[in-house]
Amino acid sequence: MKQFFTADIPVSGRIELLKDNIFKNMPQIETDRARLLTESYKATEDMPINMRRAKAFGHILRNIPVTIRDHELIVGSSTVAPRSCQVFPEYSFSWLEDEFETVATRSADPFYISDENKAALREIYKYWYGKTTSDLASAYMSDEAKLAIEHNIFTPGNYYYNGIGHVTVNYGLVLKIGFKGIADRARLQLKEICLGEAHAVTKRAFLQGVIESMEAAIDFAKRYSAKAAELAKSCSDPKRKSELEKISEICSRVPENGATGFYEACQSFWFVQLLLQTESSGHSISPGRFDQYMYPYFKADLDKGAITREFAQELIDCIWIKLNDLNKVRDAASAEGFAGYSMFQNLICGGQDSSGIDATNDLSFMCINASMHTMLPQPSLSVRVWNGSPHELLMKCAELTRTGIGLPAYYNDEVIIPALINRGLTMEDARDYNIIGCVEPQKSGKTDGWHDAAFFNMCRPLELVFGGGYDNGVLVGVETGDVSKMTTFDEFYNAYKKQMEYMIALMVNADNAIDMAHAERCPLPFQSSMVDDCIKRGKSLQEGGAVYNFTGPQGFGIANMADALYAIKKLVFEEEKFTLAELKEALEHNFGKDGGANDTERAKNITLGVVKAMAEKGINVSEADIASIFSQVSGVQTGGNTARYQQIKELIDEAPKYGNDIEEVDLFARDVAYTYTKPVEKYKNPRGGQYQAGLYPVSANVPLGAQTGATPDGRYAFTPVADGVSPSAGKDVNGPTASANSVAKLDHYIASNGTLFNMKFHPSALQGTTGLESFVALVRSYFDQKGSHVQFNVVSRETLIDAQKHPENYKGLCVRVAGYSALFVTLSKSLQDDIISRTEQLGF
Amino acid sequence: MNNTNHGYLNTKGRIFDIQRFSVHDGPGIRTIVFLKGCVLRCRWCCNPESQSYDIEQMEIGGKLKTIGRDVTVAEVMEEVKKDRNYYRRSGGGMTLSGGESLVQADFAAALLRAAKEAGINTALESTGCAEYSRIEKLLPYLDTYLMDIKHINGAKHKEFTGADNRLILENAMKIARDAKQLVVRVPVIPTFNDTEEEILDIAKFASALPNVTRIHLLPYHRLGADKYKGLGRPYTMGDVELIPNEKMEKLKKVAESTGLLCMIGG
Repeated sequence: MKQFFTADIPVSGRIELLKDNIFKNMPQIETDRARLLTESYKATEDMPINMRRAKAFGHILRNIPVTIRDHELIVGSSTVAPRSCQVFPEYSFSWLEDEFETVATRSADPFYISDENKAALREIYKYWYGKTTSDLASAYMSDEAKLAIEHNIFTPGNYYYNGIGHVTVNYGLVLKIGFKGIADRARLQLKEICLGEAHAVTKRAFLQGVIESMEAAIDFAKRYSAKAAELAKSCSDPKRKSELEKISEICSRVPENGATGFYEACQSFWFVQLLLQTESSGHSISPGRFDQYMYPYFKADLDKGAITREFAQELIDCIWIKLNDLNKVRDAASAEGFAGYSMFQNLICGGQDSSGIDATNDLSFMCINASMHTMLPQPSLSVRVWNGSPHELLMKCAELTRTGIGLPAYYNDEVIIPALINRGLTMEDARDYNIIGCVEPQKSGKTDGWHDAAFFNMCRPLELVFGGGYDNGVLVGVETGDVSKMTTFDEFYNAYKKQMEYMIALMVNADNAIDMAHAERCPLPFQSSMVDDCIKRGKSLQEGGAVYNFTGPQGFGIANMADALYAIKKLVFEEEKFTLAELKEALEHNFGKDGGANDTERAKNITLGVVKAMAEKGINVSEADIASIFSQVSGVQTGGNTARYQQIKELIDEAPKYGNDIEEVDLFARDVAYTYTKPVEKYKNPRGGQYQAGLYPVSANVPLGAQTGATPDGRYAFTPVADGVSPSAGKDVNGPTASANSVAKLDHYIASNGTLFNMKFHPSALQGTTGLESFVALVRSYFDQKGSHVQFNVVSRETLIDAQKHPENYKGLCVRVAGYSALFVTLSKSLQDDIISRTEQLGF
Repeated sequence: MNNTNHGYLNTKGRIFDIQRFSVHDGPGIRTIVFLKGCVLRCRWCCNPESQSYDIEQMEIGGKLKTIGRDVTVAEVMEEVKKDRNYYRRSGGGMTLSGGESLVQADFAAALLRAAKEAGINTALESTGCAEYSRIEKLLPYLDTYLMDIKHINGAKHKEFTGADNRLILENAMKIARDAKQLVVRVPVIPTFNDTEEEILDIAKFASALPNVTRIHLLPYHRLGADKYKGLGRPYTMGDVELIPNEKMEKLKKVAESTGLLCMIGG
């Protein structure tokens, strides 16, 4: 049996210094990349797009400032200021220009931007009008899809305005043959192309782009080598001087060449990670199975006595810090949805190798040590669990969970591997999966997964059913008729399914429009060089070069819809406690909350919608018309029977809910999830790949809940919807095993873009070794029942409330928010409240 | 399943709660079935609604809730079996608590039997305060007997629990002899038994019992205080202080001096 080195390795004093430096100041927006990119674009307008992209990448890397921070052992930064970001005008820019004055003061993820940089960007932006991926996507997208987006049925915001990211390249290949080796492969492929073949011209442009990108990346590392040598010369501290000399030596060798030792492998890894993030603005660029591809270098060094465990741990800890040095500015609305400055760089330990043998090694444990040492949100540390996972590994993970940092997330090989095989992966590739971003599984170095392709709000189509297809007076969905005339539950449920299917088709239209725009305007030759079969096919990832292509849009609100539809089935049609007409009225009046205080606001919104729709049809609307519409709408919308509405809510609240291990309700929830997952998998993307559903939000359940009216599960208007596949907040009252059993009853295989289950634990459930043992058993049992993913918050309510009052005392407090881990004090107030209100699973 | 000999599944009894994912009541992850009715009236009891066998009303969060319901063994087992995977993975199972299960000995025995038939580990939290013939009914189906020994001094025992301890101590000896495993538990209550001498007396008694190797010290808590109010009854513990961790650690050492394995909490 394999023996592991499971003990903690003491943390170096350097780590605290590096961490302090990173978190000292508010992140900033820098403009060097945007300026260099634009200079290059202006000079390359006559070139094929792949060459143009490579030229711009080269121009950036040869001129962007080279920054080595104090105490660093692993070097390479995209910005001069720590934890700051560059901007990417080729994707979109107008939102940032609009938010120049508020971006530093907003509540979620503020960034400082100097007046000088604002002016510089305004000048740069002049070039980009009409030239972005976002502009082209809009041109491709259907009006129906745009209308649905406008009405918040779904949002493809992520890729509409940003790079894709969401990839795990073949890091191991770079460690092995270096960028020089990859450039050689491209050169070899170039030679093999017959000039007469149909796609020779585009293939050549792509391969030349790859070679150009590799050369640029090598030059970039050499600039770091020179910088380190220069700093060493003027350094008076002999220890630091020798460190800098070592850095200089390493950067002169990698990533140009294959790594000859663990330190070189670490530095080479970091350059890959940094440069992927410099080439495009996507997030969720995930290191994947770090413990696997780094292990040979660690083992060889350890065996020949070239490295101590302590120094290897220090290097890993340094990488963990660097992963927090990367940052990204988002528009204000997205910043709420992705709150916590998170980059979703998912790094995963353990699990099976491609032959089905357990792959846990000493580095798996050292990765967990690194998260304990740094206590930071990045990387999003994950662990793969299967029946053959060593108990020691899970106990080590449980210790990390107990710290309350919200890491690691646990993934079930026994579900994910067959789910991926069902999507066409070979068994070997499926066994070698890793996780992208929050919860999305894929095979590294072979996949363009387009995970996180859209947020689809499953509650909104239900609102459309109540509106007969209309939303605030505008026909957004399918006309499904007057609900008050529906006589059976099936009739109602079918209307919901129709709205769902229609909206899913529109979402696919929107995603495919964006997909095409990226292929045409922002192919990424650098990234593509490390994903099969791009070089062989002479095609970038964005143009369909990957072996496996997917689009993964995620649905959320599954718990709300399960409870809502179940309540309608039971209370309206089986027990006849109230009618659909009454329910509709109660929903419109937000169940009589605050005596109907919001009714006027709602009447105003409806009036606005009607007026807008009339204007669009060319009907002239006068002030008097508006007043008349408003008074008509108000007549219906205000007042009403508050007591009856509240009574209806009470009846709903008493009905059985998903999350309590009630088989009938849970199996119903399983069926409701199919209303999203099944239509999605029917569709194809322009890269030739299949759509696959995920059931998870990031933290979007809060802002998107704010766009959703009252729902028949008793949820008040504009409050958060349930997160991931977790039961609705406060509705699971039978403890963690019951909610886990309920969640496990969903079909996690079909939601192969990932499901997300959040559990919150009071630390008392994890006391002592026996507490950890019980915790591990809980995870294993949930996985026995075929749950796919679970993650934990272990904090006390009091701690969180105090952190709201005194954020200054909790700067380092880490909590997990829907799929990733973030610093609590950086979250918006509404999201903090959501975390606090979630059921606490008391274990004592 | 054939229909012979399954009559015990229809045995009826009165419970007031089933609590899943309990991790401090016997080994592993357990489901606790709380039986209603108790022979003692311990002042510190954190489940005062368990004491009377009668179904009663308790105010919780401004709402009246009915405490106690009559169920069959089969109905309880349906709930208990839901967490089988968790028991298997953690070495857990079902624990009967109360109240005092011996008040409903036939029901308790049938529950334990049903659990064993389903391959589920069993434990019982009990005062041991009943005729031994009642206890004997349970033992064949019981893996772990978690037995409270609250005080060695009979008068003090009676003052704080309403009953003498003679029967309890006698039964302890028999249970130690006859049960698969007996673990002694001591609720450590300020003003009642929290001195080193009192704990030592209990530990000495426990260590002298045949086959007994373990003792649990359960520190006093007042999580049940609100329930007294909800039942319209006075909480007679008053404002006694919780026992500091350092003191618990000290008492643990005292208990360990008798050669027993001691842990704080269950």
